Amino acid sequence: MKKFLTILFLCFSLASLAQDGAYEITDDSYKDQTVEMADTMRSNGKIYVVVAVIMILFVGLGVYTISVDKKISKLEKEVFKEKANS
Amino acid sequence: MKKNWWKALAIILVTYTLLAGLLMDAPRLNILNETIRNLHFHVTMWFGMVILLTVSMIYAIKYLRSGEISYDDKSIEMAKAGVLLGILGIVTGAVWANYTWGEPWSGDSKQNAAAICLLIYFAYLVLRNSMKDEQQKARVSGVYNIFAYAAMIPLLFILPRLDPNSLHPGNGGNPGFNSYDLDSKLRVVFYPAVIGWTLMGVWLASLNIRTRRIERALED
Repeated sequence: MKKFLTILFLCFSLASLAQDGAYEITDDSYKDQTVEMADTMRSNGKIYVVVAVIMILFVGLGVYTISVDKKISKLEKEVFKEKANS
Repeated sequence: MKKNWWKALAIILVTYTLLAGLLMDAPRLNILNETIRNLHFHVTMWFGMVILLTVSMIYAIKYLRSGEISYDDKSIEMAKAGVLLGILGIVTGAVWANYTWGEPWSGDSKQNAAAICLLIYFAYLVLRNSMKDEQQKARVSGVYNIFAYAAMIPLLFILPRLDPNSLHPGNGGNPGFNSYDLDSKLRVVFYPAVIGWTLMGVWLASLNIRTRRIERALED
């Protein structure tokens, strides 16, 4: 356990050493108005239209996956019933 | 009693990723602009792929040690789900690169390495189908799986970092992934996103694993 922790901490400290010269994101990066972003889309709320479409897609795919999952569970119950009884 | 909580967690985390990834404050960076949000979608595919392929390799070893065919089923389905995430990763990467680096495929060292890595795993899938005997198929592909994993690690994590001209962050003189990673606002979306997408991959793989198990039970 101790060895494991030592290796773990070593990995973290090595990762922090590797930061030299890396391009850093600071708080200023969030305020830099010279960089163009999709601000119009956010200010007029159209971004929510995109989010709504994506959410509907994901909910649809999720419901479909759950139904497949349930179907397989049902089959498992039928097929493995004999094993459970014996 | 089957435990399904992790499936709910997968859906919750991916939903959170989609919402927070699109709506939360993102740093304003040159060249990347709004596309920094792809971090939660493109990069997470690769993280998920590596995790799934690791699990696949572990099951390959378990199979080789025990000869239990159910381990081989788990190994192949995990690998398939991993390759799916990898394909999605490389396609989304090409789309992202088109708008930030100017062309979908710039021969970047990490792009090439990722493509080679996927080809190695494609060969794994083809190799399996070339054999009829079940145990032979499982043994040969189990050994190949370990080889493929051993090839993937240097291809994705070492070689691109040795190339001083790589465009990918974290390689050569480019901004490191760690710098995005270090940004706490991105991190609160990124890490849940990795777990969420990985769990989705595991879920889809588990559906196929269970189907295989039923098929085997019916054959007996």
